[in-house]
Amino acid sequence: MAVIGVSTSQDNHPANVIYNKNHLRYPVKTFPVNPKGGILNREKLYPGVEDIQEDIDVAVIAVRAEYVPGVVEQCIQKGVGGAVIISGGFAESGNLSLQQRVVDIAKEASFPFVGPNCLGIYAPDYMDTFFLPGERIIRPDKGNVGFVSQSGGVLVDQMVKFAGQGIGISLAVSIGNKACIRETDMLDWLDQDLETKVIAFYIEGFEKGEGRQFIEKVEQCSKPVIVLKAGKSKKGIEAVSSHTASLAGDYRVFSEIMKQHCVAEADNEYELTSFCEALSCYPKGINGNIGIITLSGGHGVIAADACELHGIPIPGIDPATIGIIKEKLSSGIRNIVSLANPLDLTGSSTDSDIVTTARHLSRDGNIDCIMALLIPYSPGISTDIGAKLSQVARNEGKPMIAYVPNEDKYKIIIEGFELNNIPVASSVEGAVLMAKALMRCRPC
Amino acid sequence: MLEKNSKKIIEKSKSSGWILEPDAKALMKLQGLDIPDFILTNSFEAAGQFLKKSESGVVAKAVSKKIIHKTEHKAVVTGIVSADHLKKEMVRLQKLAGCENILVEQMVQGIEVIIGAKNDFQFGPVIVFGIGGTSVEIYNDTAVRMAPLKPAEVLSMVESLKAKKIISGYRGMAGVNMEILTNLMVNFSLFVMELENDIESVDLNPVICTRDRCVIADARIMLKC
Repeated sequence: MAVIGVSTSQDNHPANVIYNKNHLRYPVKTFPVNPKGGILNREKLYPGVEDIQEDIDVAVIAVRAEYVPGVVEQCIQKGVGGAVIISGGFAESGNLSLQQRVVDIAKEASFPFVGPNCLGIYAPDYMDTFFLPGERIIRPDKGNVGFVSQSGGVLVDQMVKFAGQGIGISLAVSIGNKACIRETDMLDWLDQDLETKVIAFYIEGFEKGEGRQFIEKVEQCSKPVIVLKAGKSKKGIEAVSSHTASLAGDYRVFSEIMKQHCVAEADNEYELTSFCEALSCYPKGINGNIGIITLSGGHGVIAADACELHGIPIPGIDPATIGIIKEKLSSGIRNIVSLANPLDLTGSSTDSDIVTTARHLSRDGNIDCIMALLIPYSPGISTDIGAKLSQVARNEGKPMIAYVPNEDKYKIIIEGFELNNIPVASSVEGAVLMAKALMRCRPC
Repeated sequence: MLEKNSKKIIEKSKSSGWILEPDAKALMKLQGLDIPDFILTNSFEAAGQFLKKSESGVVAKAVSKKIIHKTEHKAVVTGIVSADHLKKEMVRLQKLAGCENILVEQMVQGIEVIIGAKNDFQFGPVIVFGIGGTSVEIYNDTAVRMAPLKPAEVLSMVESLKAKKIISGYRGMAGVNMEILTNLMVNFSLFVMELENDIESVDLNPVICTRDRCVIADARIMLKC
């Protein structure tokens, strides 16, 4: 990797931040470039990318906008594989002709680039072109969500949310002004990528006819696709045009067409997080029909209300199933439980009551998905409950979604689920949103 | 493929930017869609003859290049059953701005829906479906899908409406014939795809649906400038 534009005087220059973190913390071999040459931290600065002896796969360009066309030409001369153009000062600030010049130069040489005006690429364990110091940002672990964002800020913020929920990233790309690499290109790439299971986008707007292209690619794509759209309101649209020089289209059309083609549209960043987690575990989706197991009547009611709000059906349980569950429950709770849907096992239940109930509810033909609201406050619940219920889900072959309060104390329960590929929400609402994601992502 | 006649209609309307109702309906008919029987006339006698043959009365409308939204200009009269009434309304309509002649057509009664199309900047031709009539903007109970439509998508559009029970029939009222509606919408979406480069938007409003017909009672096609 060549980082072009490294400064000898400004430690905080984006190029310096990018150079330092990749040079020191990633396996990628990184070369600093500055036209004046010189020495930085006892390392030699190369005056030009052509002065580097070795082959360069990717150049990170962080020079002033007016120098970008020249630098791109040099990269093409050198035979660089592609570039990430961090620099701003292009279409987003009205400088369309300069951006077009870069596009023309690159297009003629079939030279791909990300940006300009972007943070670029975060590929865990490979490279990181975000010009934010490593100690400032929160990076999710390596995982299976591919995330593409027009806005760098939204991307970084979303990474914090992913990390908080234990969601891993296969690749995160901020495409900025998307002058060359666009959402449709990233969709193709992530569809082929073996490490990616779910593809998520933050989209402000498409170009003329590009929405249709995107949909055509989604139809070919074998993985669930999630979008978060900005520029829905009139005010939002103004903000978008001044933000990344993008024309936000009619939101109603966008939203309805996403639904028509089974793209799960998240209403906000919390939904996006829940959708990513749920669909990375269950890419196939469900028809709805949730069976709710709760240890507190209140949580059951809150979940049922949220399900109704989001149009998620909660069917009745087959009387035969109820009979079996009642027979197998421990005698202490048999007469105090509420055997309906939501199924309230009360705070007096134990692991074995919950496991038995989950098993038989999974076998009920009316139920497509189990939602387990596990408040681990009562003494009958052990720290093994996550792992035990995961076993049930695996044996019965029905999707399960869990709610466990997101506290360090209960990490062992959460991991018992998550390490076994059962999504865990940190709120009841979050669990319902996961069910909503599974429902949205099914072919008509 | 579009018929030669269809192309002719579009070409001759390009200068005004939109296609007048009789021509728009002629286009629909060429596409195999159902429109009411009609005559285009200024003669009271011819109109009277047509009224006699029409069992459920007629509708009279002014045909004018200057009137895009007919309701606002009081250029539509429905439920005409007597020759006197027809004559009186024709006289009034003929005085409206730019009135070339009067469209007198068979009155059909049933459930009014709107079927529209729009050439969207990001997605190209999209189809809009909802409960029709003059209040469509107020309720905005519509579904939008990308054209061309598959039959299953027509069903999902109906299902997604708040007023879906009106379409399926409720409280003893007959619903819409879904097979005919589906054919109409799929066919219409193909028509819109073919004319992608010519049209800006299409309003078929209302389309009147009964147990055995879906009739396009009014059509307006806005062309690309």
